[in-house]
Formats: sequence, structure tokens, C-alpha cells
Amino acid sequence: MAQMTMIQAITDALRIELKNDENVLVFGEDVGKNGGVFRATDGLQAEFGEKRVFDTPLAESAINGLAIGLALEGFRPVPEIQFFGFVYETMDSINGQMARMRFRSGNTEHAPITIRSPFGGGVNTPELHADSLEGLIAQQPGVKVVIPSTPYDAKGLLISSIRDNDPVVFLEHMKLYRSFREEVPEGEYTIELGKADVKRKGKDVTIIAYGAMVHSALKAAEQLEKEKINAEVIDLRTVSPIDYETIVESVKKTNRVIVVQEAQRQAGIAANVVAEIQERAILHLEAPVMRVAAPDTVYPFAEAEHLWLPDDKDIIEKVKYVLNY
Amino acid sequence: MKHVLNKVEKKFEMFQILNEEGKVVEKDDMPDLSDEELRELMRRMVYTRILDQRSIALNRQGRLGFYAPTAGQEASQIASHFAMEKGDFLLPAYRDVPQLIWHGLPLYQAFLFSRGHYHGNQMPEGVRALSPQIIIGAQYIQAAGVGLGMRLRGKDAVAVTYTGDGGTSQGDFYEGINFAGVYDANCIFIVQNNGFAISVPREMQTKAKTLAQKAVAAGIEGIQVDGMDPLAVYAVTKHARERAIKGEGPTLIETITYRYGPHTMAGDDPTRYRTSDLDTEWEKKDPLVRFRIFLEEKGLWSQEEEDQVIEQAKEDIREAIKKADQYPKQKVTDFIGNMFEELPLNLQEQMEEYKAKESK
Repeated sequence: MAQMTMIQAITDALRIELKNDENVLVFGEDVGKNGGVFRATDGLQAEFGEKRVFDTPLAESAINGLAIGLALEGFRPVPEIQFFGFVYETMDSINGQMARMRFRSGNTEHAPITIRSPFGGGVNTPELHADSLEGLIAQQPGVKVVIPSTPYDAKGLLISSIRDNDPVVFLEHMKLYRSFREEVPEGEYTIELGKADVKRKGKDVTIIAYGAMVHSALKAAEQLEKEKINAEVIDLRTVSPIDYETIVESVKKTNRVIVVQEAQRQAGIAANVVAEIQERAILHLEAPVMRVAAPDTVYPFAEAEHLWLPDDKDIIEKVKYVLNY
Repeated sequence: MKHVLNKVEKKFEMFQILNEEGKVVEKDDMPDLSDEELRELMRRMVYTRILDQRSIALNRQGRLGFYAPTAGQEASQIASHFAMEKGDFLLPAYRDVPQLIWHGLPLYQAFLFSRGHYHGNQMPEGVRALSPQIIIGAQYIQAAGVGLGMRLRGKDAVAVTYTGDGGTSQGDFYEGINFAGVYDANCIFIVQNNGFAISVPREMQTKAKTLAQKAVAAGIEGIQVDGMDPLAVYAVTKHARERAIKGEGPTLIETITYRYGPHTMAGDDPTRYRTSDLDTEWEKKDPLVRFRIFLEEKGLWSQEEEDQVIEQAKEDIREAIKKADQYPKQKVTDFIGNMFEELPLNLQEQMEEYKAKESK
């Protein structure tokens, strides 16, 4: 076992899969010699050569179009979109093309592609770097969306994503890249896609979150414990498809739920989670399912991020609301 | 300022081998095709013209769905495909169904594609192609990936993709040729310049004098060819293929052509944007007419042979329509099954729901 940050766990997963399967190719802007702007691919070109790990010209649409073509030639591409705010440049390649490959070919072709991309607020980026745009992809049938919250999960989920025979958009929250270390097993292990993880067991209220908000939820849960409120925290890990089984099981126990996302209230996936809960478990609810989300504005400029991003205090407030309802 | 403002388009004068009168004007570049191959190329063009006529009629009878007429573009489509080998990958645009058929998509499946049945998109084993791309230009960046994959695997194969004159205005067009250039990908990019992107004339797409010269900015080879001349189109594509598999990089080919019919059969009226004089002018350049003269002078073609091809085409079309009619109808459970290798929870539930509905 080694202590790893999330970025180290990601590099480790890429190295393992490059070693395991010669069809795995890693590419994108600055991923070669430079090892990626966050060093996610650090040392991989030196280790595996320029045919396996390579730079691309600066064009997001073509990076993912290239991935589709390479997949048609039997490769297992792992392209990087340098920041997920740039996804608008490549929406057709993702939602219009790779997500539809298996379907439109009548199951004769498939697109085993894992797009890795950093996103998320709180790290003082310029415009269109930090936005939580997972909802745009989660709305598209045919592609999975994975968002890890810990180094351990990041490694296992990334290996599973690369091995998946359908496209996965794997979103890495920038604030979590180096914010903490944890024990990460050496060698390969997988975490099943589409399965949520109960990060903290509790009985009074369920807090559903993903990405960096998992840590805000855990922090809130600790505070609440001091007030004798015992919160369960569910980390979705995969936001499309959503693991309703784990959610409903928790709802039946706690009868009170809040859903937390960094994305704006009108964006993200919280609304979908809420809708599913009311369809599947309304008679188990003692209060409306409430959301904690950012306001419906464009993502703010760096100096004001902290005013805008949801935090543990917002979560505590909403938990108390559903408990006192 | 002579050096700064040099005229790049001078290098892109249209290449022609067979002129409108069926005379060879460029003997040195005559492609190395046997008599039988020359006849086969003619057969395919005649067959495709009949297929177009019948497809339009079938569409009007409501027996076909989406259809983009091809008459006029036979040399551009069929002669370029004639340079492809079985192992080459075809990434067509919506008008390029004939190339798919000659690449190995059975006719009844082409009809199912037109009607909107997914079986029309299921390439038979060994047929390397995607079904026609609808998003203009998206196939160009995918072709770059296929071509790079072939290069990485050291294959003697190429990716061939098509778009139209309008397609060259898309970002994906430039990104595709640029990426392919960087990696010396095994790619042939064909622009069928038929003068109009639906109704918008070629001059409204770009101030560039030719579309072939767009290759210059990507640092790849570019050539403009008479798209009504099957010999020139074949020769250029064949040459591009040889260059690509040798690792000499991709080629952009602009074929100067014309579609006699409307953009598609979904209500386009070409009289709103083209004159009948222009139609007449282009009909004089017809690829079948000039190739017929050429072959007849060599004693390689006759009315009898042409009639045979026409009869064969009509019979094949009748059979294919029958087969398409008999093909099992689509079910929502088929669609659900075609989404992922393993169904996630939401689709598992929906599969059960639709199975129950479909068994009623």
C-alpha cells in the first residue's frame, strides 16, 4: 500500500492499463513530453513511447473524433480534454458521435473510449475551466459519466472505465487532485461503474453527493454529529447511470434526503435523483427531498467563487430543514 | 509584394484525363486499368444511375424514406471508390450510399437505411465502413483517427471520407485534415464540390479560389480534379492511396461535379437557386456520356451491354425492395439492447417494461 494523491492514483491507473493492454492509447493537448498540465500523464510517454502516449494539435473536437476513429481500428483510446469547460468545442464528438456509435451501427461497432477531463471550482481558474458540466453528458443516452471523490476510487474507477467497452466521460475535480492522500493498493483493482458508495453510515438523514461535494457532505456530517444528528453520506461515483438501489435503501432507513451538487440548480443531475426518489420511495419520505446547489448564474469569476460554491454550511442548513419539516 | 501575395490557386488548376467529348487529353496520366476493369467501372456507373432513378421513384411512391439523389456525381463517387480496396475504411456522407453499396453493403440494407431501419446501418462482417454521417464534417475527424490507427498498425489500408463543398466550411473539416497531416495518417479526404450546399453557392462558402488549396494550410497534398471524368478521379484517388500507405501522408481531393437532382427528396426545389441553363451546361459534361464514347471507341462497350446492366439493376432493385419489405420490423427492445454492452439499471428496468408492452 502506498499513500497517494488523486492525481498520482490516476497516473498509476493509466500506467497499469497501458501495460495491460497494448491497444490503450493516451493522448491530448500537452499529455506527451509535458505529462499533462496537471501531470496526470507524467512519465508515461518516456515509459511507453510516442506511439502510445502522444500530443495532439489544439482542437478538442478532433481529439475526440480521433478517438472514435482509433476505436474503429480496435484501439482503446483514453483522450484528455484539458479542462472540461472546453467540452462545448467537442459536444458533437461526444454526445453526437461516440455515445451513438453502438446504437447507430446496430451493435456492430462500439466505442471503448474514456475521456478524462479536469473540472470543478475553488482553484482560481479563468473562465470555462471550473464549470460543472456533467449534466450535459448525463443527459445523453449511450455514455457513462464517472466522478471520483477519493484517490482510491479514482484508480479503481479509471481502470474500470478504460476496460469498459462503451464510452465513459471521467471527470476529475481539480480541487481533489492534491488536497489529500490516502492508502491506495498497488497493482490493479476495479470498482464497478454505476455503483454508489456509502462513504459514511448514518440513520437520521441521507446526504447524496458526488465529486468535491462528497467532502463538504462529510464535513457537514461531522458537525451534525456534534448535535446528535447522524447523517449517512452517499457518494454517487457514477452520475450516469445512477445507482438507485443504494439510494432507495438509504431513504427507506433515514426517511429524509438532501441531494448536493456543485453545479447550478438547473444543471447537474440532482433534479434527476430527486425525481427518481419520489417515484420509487415517496411513502418512505417524511420531508420533501431538498437540493443544495449553486445558484442559476453563469459560473462566477475566480475572486467570487467562494461566495457561490455550495459548502458544508449550506448542507447543514438543508439537513436541519428536512429534519424539522 | 510578389512573394507575399503569390497566387496559390495556380497550383490547383483542374486535373482532367478524359474531356467532355470522351477524348483523352492527358495520356501520361492514364490509369493502369485493364479492359475488364474499365468496363466494370462503366457498369457500376450505369447501375448507380439506374439505382438513383429508381430510388427517386420509390421515394415518391412512399416506398423509400430519406434519399439524396446522386445522378451527375457518378464519376466523383464511383470512380473514387473504384480505387479503394476491400480492407479500406469508408466514412461516407449522406449522399454516398452508392460507395457503400459497392463497398459491400447489400442493396436491401441500403433501402432499410433510407427507410430508417437500423439493419441498414449494420455493415456485414468484413465490410469496413460506417453508415452515412449526417453531421457535416464529423466524418473527417473520425477518418483521421481511422487513418492514424492504420498507420500505427502498419496496415496497407486507407480511410476514405467524403464531404461536400459546404463541408469545407466546418471546423471539423480543417481539424480532420490538420490532424491527419500531423500524424501522416492513412487518409484520403474527398470534397465533392457540386456547386451548392443545398442552395448556398460555392462562392458563399469561402473566398478561396479552390477548395483543394485548403490542403496548403494543413501542409498536406491537395488536388482539384474534374469530378465528371471517371479516369481522372480514379487516377488521382489511386495515387493518393499509394502515397498514404507508403506513409507519405493524406491527400485532399476536390472533385468538380454537379448533382442534377434536388439536395434530397424531402422538398428541396433546385429551381429556387439554380437555372435550367446551368443544368444543361453540366449535363453536357455527363460522366456516363463521355466514358461511353471513350469505351465504344475502344470497342469495350455496346448498347447491348448497357441494356444488360440496366436490366440487372432493375431486377436487383425489385428483389432488394422485396427483401427490405420482408425484413422484421424494429422493436424498442432492439434499441435498448443496442445501447451498451451491459445494460445499466435504468435500461434493465425499461427493457422489462417494453418487453411486457411488446408481448401484449
